[in-house]
Amino acid sequence: MRMTTSDEDLALAAANGDGQAFASLLDRHYDRLFAFCFRMTGVRSEAEDLTQDICAALPAKLGSYQRQAKVTTWLYKVALNAAHDRRRKQATYTKATSGWGDWETARTAMNRETADQIDWLTQAMTHLNPDLRDTLALVLDDMTHAQVAGIMDVSEGTISWRVSEAKKALRALKEKEEQS
Amino acid sequence: MSDDLDDLKAMMTAATPKPDAAKRTADLALAQNNFENLQGSRTQPRPTPVTGLQGLWTGVTTMLGTMTSKGGLTATTALVACGFLFLTPTGQDMWRSDFRDLGAVSTDADVQKALAEADANFTTQAEEPEVVMADDLFVQPEARTPVINPNDMAEEIAPMVMMEAAPATTSALTRNAADGALFAPQQDLIAPSEANTETFANADESPVKITSEAPVSTFSIDVDTASYALVRSSIMRGQLPPPDAVRVEELVNYFPYDYAAPAPEGDPFQPTVSMTPTPWNADTQLVHIAIQGEMPVVEDRPPLNLVFLIDTSGSMEDPSKLPLLKQSFLLMLDQLRPEDEVAIVEYAGSAGEVLAPTKAEDRTAIRNALNSLGAGGSTNGQGGLEQAYAVAESMTAQGEVSRVLLATDGDFNVGLSDPSALEDYIAEKRDTGTYLSVLGFGRGNLQDATMQALAQNGNGTAAYIDTLSEAQKVLVDQLSGALFTIASDVKIQVEFDPTQIAEYRLIGYETRALNREDFNNDKVDAGDLGAGHTVTALYEVTPVGSPARLSDPLRYATQTPTADLQNEIGFLKLRYKEPGADISQLIETPILRDQEAGPEAQFAAAIAGFGQILRGSDYVTDWSIADAITLATQSKGADTFGYRAEAIRLMQLAESLKGN
Repeated sequence: MRMTTSDEDLALAAANGDGQAFASLLDRHYDRLFAFCFRMTGVRSEAEDLTQDICAALPAKLGSYQRQAKVTTWLYKVALNAAHDRRRKQATYTKATSGWGDWETARTAMNRETADQIDWLTQAMTHLNPDLRDTLALVLDDMTHAQVAGIMDVSEGTISWRVSEAKKALRALKEKEEQS
Repeated sequence: MSDDLDDLKAMMTAATPKPDAAKRTADLALAQNNFENLQGSRTQPRPTPVTGLQGLWTGVTTMLGTMTSKGGLTATTALVACGFLFLTPTGQDMWRSDFRDLGAVSTDADVQKALAEADANFTTQAEEPEVVMADDLFVQPEARTPVINPNDMAEEIAPMVMMEAAPATTSALTRNAADGALFAPQQDLIAPSEANTETFANADESPVKITSEAPVSTFSIDVDTASYALVRSSIMRGQLPPPDAVRVEELVNYFPYDYAAPAPEGDPFQPTVSMTPTPWNADTQLVHIAIQGEMPVVEDRPPLNLVFLIDTSGSMEDPSKLPLLKQSFLLMLDQLRPEDEVAIVEYAGSAGEVLAPTKAEDRTAIRNALNSLGAGGSTNGQGGLEQAYAVAESMTAQGEVSRVLLATDGDFNVGLSDPSALEDYIAEKRDTGTYLSVLGFGRGNLQDATMQALAQNGNGTAAYIDTLSEAQKVLVDQLSGALFTIASDVKIQVEFDPTQIAEYRLIGYETRALNREDFNNDKVDAGDLGAGHTVTALYEVTPVGSPARLSDPLRYATQTPTADLQNEIGFLKLRYKEPGADISQLIETPILRDQEAGPEAQFAAAIAGFGQILRGSDYVTDWSIADAITLATQSKGADTFGYRAEAIRLMQLAESLKGN
């Protein structure tokens, strides 16, 4: 795909108040952003909500964009933080509503049935711990370990370790399923 | 990387769903909305000493204007409804009971009911146009996935409500009726904020006419170039232009053509007619009507009186607006002769004369005055216009040309209740000898329709300046064309012979159509031709017997052409007035079969084809931008100023954008 204006120029223009530049930028990256959200959450509806959160908050975050950074790096950082925020809120919510009783239990059971039908991979991803899942989501988006490290603000070694941990966990899960 | 991970990646790619189109649109709209609200809070016009309390008052009216607009109401109602549904117990009950009773079914009635109730209960909250945080709307527990499966109603409502807000934005892109009405219909629909409130003047594409039913076609010439610059600015941003921004005749007329010059002492311009096979349809022909205006000797020209009327409202602060405007006018200063006079009037809140009429030889004074301009305050278009005309009239001596050059980003929202009154005012001033040209700057708020209407009524041109090189073209290379009218009210009428031409179609000029009887009516205004200007008009004609004919031939109609007119397929008539005259002159010439078109006509055809593709024309289907590029490259000619080379680059960009 040939682009007339680089992402970085568009982001700068958008940060300076150019509405069209912002629209083009988001339009270019929306699909990729959604895919990334899906990889982090593993559930379509969750991914949709998360993407919406990010879209709504993105204009206010433009100020944090700096010329040196690649737009994708910045965008993924924003997305990652948004995902963390959501998980935190959800954790609080789960605690607050644990007394919901029968209705809630029945609903969870129903969800579990549906989940059985979901692709093995998606399910496996949801079983990983959030850090491993996020790392994998980034690595699977054709990012090098160095780039992922830049986005997640950890060292490259940590990323490599997380990737191998994730692989181990997935392999174990697969073996367990094949046995059963 | 290990095979393990590659497998995983493949699986992941397969598992990742495509985003839902409606969801995507809603998200993008939400983001854009937040973006614009944020801009508004950042670049609110500051009250200046000049505006003072009046500035405060206009701020309040601006706010009220925004809030009473349909778009504002729809959007805020939608937001309040969301909040109501998810934040209040009543709202939650409303959809939760639906969820239990009806499963995934949501009805319009429910949403309507919710909207109505929300509206009634929360109108006071709707006063604040705040940034919508998705968190506020959706993080509330009930709306979250723990409660609801993907098919449920909350999911349905969100996009629906968000979509409601979308039409408000699109309605601002005014589609004018085919009757040629040029003005954006209701100013109050257009929110006077930093939001994208561009309006474009355009009508539906001219349809194919059946010659036996309507043998005569009448229109006014058009020498504006704003549409081409708009298209270019869109493509350069990596976006295809909105179809309504594309006026094919302005694309074609953007380029200077090397047509046959008029004989000295004769009419001020010379029409040339030729025929060529249509590039995009092998079974039809293109009739190419070219007009070349004479170039008067520059030394003979009377001194110019120019009034720069400059919009210095807060929205002009953008680098592509006021700073570019200053540079553009500085470029033009060097083209003026010492005895020409320049005055500068700015308008922002209240209008003010920045520079009293000054001879162009006093460059330093003019330069300093231009550089002292700063953006701030809101726009008072009409107040400024009145003052500019008053200054222009005070400058006009016997036999001199006066012209107001209005430079704006399109805001005419304060001090103007009735747009047509402004047009009338300009038309009245035109009759007293002061003309008006409009230069548009910047994107996002450009009122293309307003610019068009004002310039057409002021006997001037509307140009859009997006780069310094465009300023060079409009204000330096073609300055005499823009400032010296050699023929006023130029109308074209073509009559086709129904025995030879079955159908015809005028390409472009949709906003310039005239009634057949208007041609001989000297009271009807039409476009003006500037010194050295060229005007090109193209008809696509279908000869009798061509397989491209869309309508069936009539059984009882005469089929044979008149014997002594066998070589004529039509007749061209032009009317124009000498500048200042009230009585029009007539030029007539037959359209002959065997007038071969040269490369200049080929280039015009390539641009016309490209423009029609951008408009999404129904008549250019089996022809691509790549074909247009080939044709334009073959017929590029000398291209002294490089305009054509630029057009070819634009076409290449548009092609790759279209491919995405």
